Amino acid sequence: MGEYDDHDTSDEEDIRNTVGNIPMNWYDDYKHLGYDWDGNQIIKPETGDQLDAFLKRMEDPDFWRTVKDPQTGQNVVLSDQDIQMIKRVKAQKIPDVTFDEYAPIIFFSLGLSGLQAKSNRCPSESSRNINVHFYPVKMKPKKVSKLIHALKMGWIKTMAEQEKLRAKKEPQFYMLWQTDDQAEEMRRIHKHIQAPKRLLPGHAESYNPPPEYLFDAKELKEWNKLKTAPWKRKLHFVPEKYDSLRKVPAYPRFIKERFLRCLDLYLCPRAIKMKLSIEPESLVPKLPSPKDLQPFPTILSVEYKGHTDMVRSISTDRTGQYLVSGSDDCTVKIWEVNTGRCLKTIKTDNVVRSVEWCPNAALSLILVASGQEVLLINPDVGDSLVSSKTDTVLKEAPKSDVVISERVRTTIQWSEPTDDQYSRGVRIILKHFKEVSQVSWHGRGDYFATVMPDGQNRSVLISQISKRRSQLPFTKSKGLVQCVLFHPTKPFLFVATQRHVRIYDLLKQTMVKKLLTNSKWISTMAVHPGGDNLLVGTYDRKMLWFDLDLSTKPYQTLRLHGTAVRGVAFHKRYPLFASGSDDRSLIVSHGMVYNDLLQNPLIVPLKRLQNHEPYNDFGIFGVHFHPLQPWLFSSGADGTVKLYSN
Amino acid sequence: MVSKRKKKYTTGEAAQFMTRKAALKKLQLSLNDFRKLCILKGIYPREPRNRKRAQKGNTNIKTLYHVKDIQFLLHEPIIWKLRDYKIFNKKVGRARALKDFEKLRRYLDNHPTLKLDHIVKERYPTFIDALRDLDDCLTLCFLFSTFPSLAHVPRDQSALCTRLTLEFMHAVIEAKALRKVFISIKGYYFQVEIKGVTITWIVPHHFSFAPQNKAEVDFKLMSTFVQFYTIMLGFINFRIYHSLNLYYPPKFSAAAPSDSEKSLVDEEVFVAERVAALNFPLSKTSNESVDDDLEIDSFQTGEQDADKIEEAKKDAEKIKKLKTLFKGMKFFLNREVPREPLTFIIRCFGGEVSWDKTLFVGSTFDENDESITHQIVDRPSMEKQYISRYYIQPQWVFDSVNTRELLPVNKYFMGETLPPHLSPFIDKDRDQQYIPPEERGFMIPQYLRNNTRKTKSQMTAMKMMTEMKREKKRLRMDSKRKKIKK
Repeated sequence: MGEYDDHDTSDEEDIRNTVGNIPMNWYDDYKHLGYDWDGNQIIKPETGDQLDAFLKRMEDPDFWRTVKDPQTGQNVVLSDQDIQMIKRVKAQKIPDVTFDEYAPIIFFSLGLSGLQAKSNRCPSESSRNINVHFYPVKMKPKKVSKLIHALKMGWIKTMAEQEKLRAKKEPQFYMLWQTDDQAEEMRRIHKHIQAPKRLLPGHAESYNPPPEYLFDAKELKEWNKLKTAPWKRKLHFVPEKYDSLRKVPAYPRFIKERFLRCLDLYLCPRAIKMKLSIEPESLVPKLPSPKDLQPFPTILSVEYKGHTDMVRSISTDRTGQYLVSGSDDCTVKIWEVNTGRCLKTIKTDNVVRSVEWCPNAALSLILVASGQEVLLINPDVGDSLVSSKTDTVLKEAPKSDVVISERVRTTIQWSEPTDDQYSRGVRIILKHFKEVSQVSWHGRGDYFATVMPDGQNRSVLISQISKRRSQLPFTKSKGLVQCVLFHPTKPFLFVATQRHVRIYDLLKQTMVKKLLTNSKWISTMAVHPGGDNLLVGTYDRKMLWFDLDLSTKPYQTLRLHGTAVRGVAFHKRYPLFASGSDDRSLIVSHGMVYNDLLQNPLIVPLKRLQNHEPYNDFGIFGVHFHPLQPWLFSSGADGTVKLYSN
Repeated sequence: MVSKRKKKYTTGEAAQFMTRKAALKKLQLSLNDFRKLCILKGIYPREPRNRKRAQKGNTNIKTLYHVKDIQFLLHEPIIWKLRDYKIFNKKVGRARALKDFEKLRRYLDNHPTLKLDHIVKERYPTFIDALRDLDDCLTLCFLFSTFPSLAHVPRDQSALCTRLTLEFMHAVIEAKALRKVFISIKGYYFQVEIKGVTITWIVPHHFSFAPQNKAEVDFKLMSTFVQFYTIMLGFINFRIYHSLNLYYPPKFSAAAPSDSEKSLVDEEVFVAERVAALNFPLSKTSNESVDDDLEIDSFQTGEQDADKIEEAKKDAEKIKKLKTLFKGMKFFLNREVPREPLTFIIRCFGGEVSWDKTLFVGSTFDENDESITHQIVDRPSMEKQYISRYYIQPQWVFDSVNTRELLPVNKYFMGETLPPHLSPFIDKDRDQQYIPPEERGFMIPQYLRNNTRKTKSQMTAMKMMTEMKREKKRLRMDSKRKKIKK
């Protein structure tokens, strides 16, 4: 008994299919394959599943030569002869091994050999035209010559040539750039603008970022909310954390992002925009260390108490030994600076609005504006020689034959004091037609200016002591004059009206400059001892620093105070300035002016001093620096004068 | 004689710009061809200073090209090639419609080819310029190398991209030019420095290709970019290989196929596989080493300069160290670890690397090799472990490269919770910006020791500790008070 007893019966039993030569796939849907000789259905043999096939393949050594007979559906094992025949067919050889293909041809008609049979006509037919067989076929050489010609002309290619051509069509790489950085001359794109590079990723893009970079619920909600406006999102992706690299999936938007980048590269308009990049360090001025800024007044050291009402104005003598203060209680007091002792109290008839000590060392004089009068008072302190000399100088009025004009005469009258007044120290009295609000000495101490705000076109008056003469510099009213100042070195006069500061040349009698303050109401001003910088305080809380060389607009606007600024002052020697305001604060600032014209002034607020008591919403009125020491005086509405020292 | 009045918009900005429509008319091209030409030639619209004036009074926003750019395109020889393509497509379409396959085949055999060599040279006058613009090129080529065959994308483009990117990676390995690496959720960032130019590109994570909505992504357009980028990258590769004394196309000296292998595969495939393995050194044209680590003498010039020079020197020293970071180390990659990026990194810094033989060709040693120092694994645990080696997670490699020193491995052991992975691309000098404590730790090592991030359990433990301390203090105070009363 063989191993194929159960199934393989094909060779022995002849169950020939009687369906004939039809496509066997017609029987695909049936259980049977056709009919045998007796008309019975030939049932399809069981094929078994893939596992069976696999097992068979593994176990059956003849598996490879087993084929299925489509007629019967049975497996047939091919014999060696069959295999050989198949191999020969595949190799395009004649299937029969025994066939001799090189055997001489025997023609049917005449038995001629060596010549090609031209046609496969029936031998009996061809025998009619025998001569034809003796001639070579004309078509073939023609065809061959055509092919040769086509090859020659390159119309057709041999296999080798085709291969070569194909290789040529592939990109060929060679040394395109001979050097690294030398460009070859050729026509190139005009004014090329390079596309900006993509930003490099931050921590948030990491597959394992620090936990604080992950979105919380609120951030995620906000991110989702901006779905319609994705450019507003802070991040263009949602940070995610994976605890291991193998869990990281592909980024779903990767291709899209690359595509958008491609679009940007060829579709986005390019332009060179000059972006002003200011580094934060360059914005902050190089602050000198506080050590370099010293000395400046920091502590309250002396308080001068004695006035019973607001002290409107203060001034010191040239040496800085004595202080004069004028108050609303109609008195002028002379103080010793170092001790705080009141040396003298000089009673006047009216409220004292302005006092100023004469800058001339040879004169011991104080200019006091009290009501409508301006008094020249000899305080009689300090060097007795100087004070006695002053008295002698002022005793006699110099005679002059100059006729005083009507306009001046109605404005001001020089008069001698009464004995009572003389004993109090008053040497000369100038009676003005309106209330005097401010007086100001010229640097040499001979001229002084007085201001009457209500005086219309006669509001500013310049008087000379030595000749006892006054003049009205302006013929027209320029507005409500607030305050005037002499330039420390040049014959210039600064006149502050309500909104502007005008600078007049007194010699040429012309206006030099008009400074625009851009504020509502100027209160006071001070000029730097160098003369090129002007500090203006305004009632609208500002302090304006004008660099006269630079512009007619403020170089810097300082908003340090909360309320109206009433007093400003420069120190004569140190780079300091100070301002006092109604908010009772006295602010000391560093204001360095450089000799180099190119370098702008350096302004640094240093110290806020707040020691005055409030009184009727007023704070500080007068601010004055000690002429030699870095000390600062301030007079307040509380009736005191205070000295701050370093 | 009255002089002729000047017409408006004949000079100035109006004459300098041209809308796209006008450009198409002037060039006699279809929009598609124009687009292709612009991409290949690197022509882009320009933003005028005054749009209204440039558009001759029209205030709508239009795509404006500079007239000179369009004139530049006008003289481009590949315009004719594009016209050839038009004819070719017509012919092929007709032959196909008529089912004239003989003709069709002939046409297809003789299809026109675009030669872009001159455009590469024209767009990038010098090699350095080309390197400067390599970021997008590499990213796109790496992406396309992962693509299957797509409609409207040339059949061999993906294979060409694969080849060129692998060649580029080989060049980076040979030049030891890799500087920074980063695993982002988008892919792997690599930053190299070649000829002083930093180039950054992204390699997407596995399975990056996904079919895209037609309205969203146009592969045809991207393919045009890739067409140019492949040519450019090929020339760059050639030049880099040349400067490194390597053969281009790459050759391997050591790994010639043995006889048994020779019969199995053909030679081209064999070399291509070796290239893809990234694990064999390329053969050199000459043995001269191209060392650029020349010592430069220092000159005292000024205080600030001296500081800078000192800093630069330190940096150079660090980079020199970085180049041999993994030297003498033997890595074995487990099969769950992404092979290509890690092999690339490890080889760039002088390490030896291998993987399972059945994973990919080119493995040089087996897992049971006792000389392996590190095995990179990305699974929570392993059955069989060797004592002689560290089992670490792949992030260790990345973090070590970024800090430019070998980090302690204990935080990266198999199954450990990894410390956060930080971006190396963040500007160190930034201010007023949040700096995570881990980054601070890299900058100042003491910092991290003192301020380790506290886990929740640690936090509660700390709280309890403070509570206890407070309690003790209270007791002590009470006892003191009692003493005083006594």
